[in-house]
Amino acid sequence: MATDFSYPDAAAKAANLPKEFDPEKMSLSMGPSHPSTHGVLRIQFELDGEIVTKADPVVGYLHRGDEKIAENMTYNQFVPYTDRLDYLAPLANNMAYAIAVERLAGLEVPARCQAIRVLTAEMARVSAHLMGLGAFGIDVGAWTVFMYCFEEREKLYKLFEELTGARFTTSYSRIGGLTRDVPEGWTQRVDAFCDQFLPILDEILGLLSRNKIFLDRTVDVGVISKADAIAYGLTGPNLRGSGVPNDLRKDRPYSGYEQYEFDVPVGSKGDCYDRYLCRGEEMKQSIRIIRQVVKNFPGGAWHAQDARRIFAPPKDKVLTSMEELINNFMLVTEGPQMPAGEVYFEAENPKGVLGFYIVSKGGGVPYRMKIRSPSFCNLSILPKLCVGNLVSDVVSILGSLDFVMGECDR
Amino acid sequence: MPYVVERKPLTLSERIYLPQILAGMRVTLRRLFAPNVTMEYPEQRPAIPTGYRGVPTLVKDPHGREKCVSCQLCEFVCPPKAIRITPGSVEDQPDRTHVEKGPQAFDIDMLRCIYCGLCQEVCPEEAIFLQNQYTLSGYTRAELVNDKAKLYELGGTLPDQHFKWDKKKAAAEHGNTH
Repeated sequence: MATDFSYPDAAAKAANLPKEFDPEKMSLSMGPSHPSTHGVLRIQFELDGEIVTKADPVVGYLHRGDEKIAENMTYNQFVPYTDRLDYLAPLANNMAYAIAVERLAGLEVPARCQAIRVLTAEMARVSAHLMGLGAFGIDVGAWTVFMYCFEEREKLYKLFEELTGARFTTSYSRIGGLTRDVPEGWTQRVDAFCDQFLPILDEILGLLSRNKIFLDRTVDVGVISKADAIAYGLTGPNLRGSGVPNDLRKDRPYSGYEQYEFDVPVGSKGDCYDRYLCRGEEMKQSIRIIRQVVKNFPGGAWHAQDARRIFAPPKDKVLTSMEELINNFMLVTEGPQMPAGEVYFEAENPKGVLGFYIVSKGGGVPYRMKIRSPSFCNLSILPKLCVGNLVSDVVSILGSLDFVMGECDR
Repeated sequence: MPYVVERKPLTLSERIYLPQILAGMRVTLRRLFAPNVTMEYPEQRPAIPTGYRGVPTLVKDPHGREKCVSCQLCEFVCPPKAIRITPGSVEDQPDRTHVEKGPQAFDIDMLRCIYCGLCQEVCPEEAIFLQNQYTLSGYTRAELVNDKAKLYELGGTLPDQHFKWDKKKAAAEHGNTH
């Protein structure tokens, strides 16, 4: 009996087995390890000479099953996994996840905790956009930008290291608070970073914004219309580059974003150049927010006070009091206690809207967790966006979409 | 408020591009004489801030006693399941009469460890600490499993923050056992 090797998945079948292939066309596979695809994205092209006639993104090379892993561990244990979603802005992911679970518990965190979270999320936004900008520069042949961006990003990473103990995988949030308070003098150092950063940012943007080569590669390339951007569910700078002023920090403020003054930059045309310009402007707005947070840095507690079943007791209590010691054991082994119910929370991350949908049946472990990752949704427009462009323009388009595969495949 | 990012058309000099090359050279020249931002690793090493999360280690208290009581909470909480503890008796250790258990074996698989620091956070004895070491290398997989002896060698002795057992002992001597 002949074995049937048919693909169970219709999408995989469509991507891998072209039924009628036009002999005039060429098939080209870009990725999964290709220097300009920013991670393990594979795109299956059908080319007519240099022109793309069909593009099929194939994702899943970095799939780790994070959603399933979440069902098998307590809420706090999952925090290190959120670092590895958008690994260029782990602090923003930590914050989004913690707020989602806190909404489930109906828990309010103190003003200082909210301010630290906003501060770190905006710093993460700056570092993620610097990386995106640098990588976009490399994609279109501008190495210098990458080096300048990395120099600035390193300064931010030094600050992250001091705050959280790690440069990359910060795991800074806990349900109901943070892992630790800000160190002495740290906010002043953040302010000092902002002071020296703005002129350097202008220099970095000056290398590209008025550069004829860069403009030739990006202006009118990969134009996403307003209607398309909304229809494909794009979010973040990619949506705003097309002129849709959607920003969750303004539309549905969380963690005290409503207290801070900032503007939402939008593009006018929706091409690669607009998306680049939006990222540049967003960094300036983030710096504005950071300065405001540092200026009005609230004092008081940095974790929820009335949450004995959620946030772990302080170490000196654990070591000296029998009740707190038992509580510590209960919290670790059973997890932070959540009521039954479901919650969907989305936050404006550097790449777009990161959403966590959590179904709880009570207890310390989620019954189901769905992660809506911006990079995955942003990539969904590729089949439409690439068609009709040159292969070299696809590289510009990928650079301008600024996605992270760790989050796309999760 | 949303605002539209400005897009100005290129000026003549920008379109000609030659003046831009000169401007680029000026940046290059300035950077050429600017101080280095890179570091000659490993001869030079970056400063490690306090609270850095490096390799997890076991520490002893200022009396030189083992602190870990083998409660296995770190083993439980470890997200990648890198820690394995075999609990053992402490009857043969005269300096540990204040506790009931100790680890017979304590292995941390550094190929699995993700340096998240949850073990240090949950430890009720302040026995496990993520300290400053951040580079690891070995020729075999077995070499990168840190056993108890290696963990104590890496950890050394840290100043005790709370003197948990000393306080309890003092309280017991005053007739207050709780």
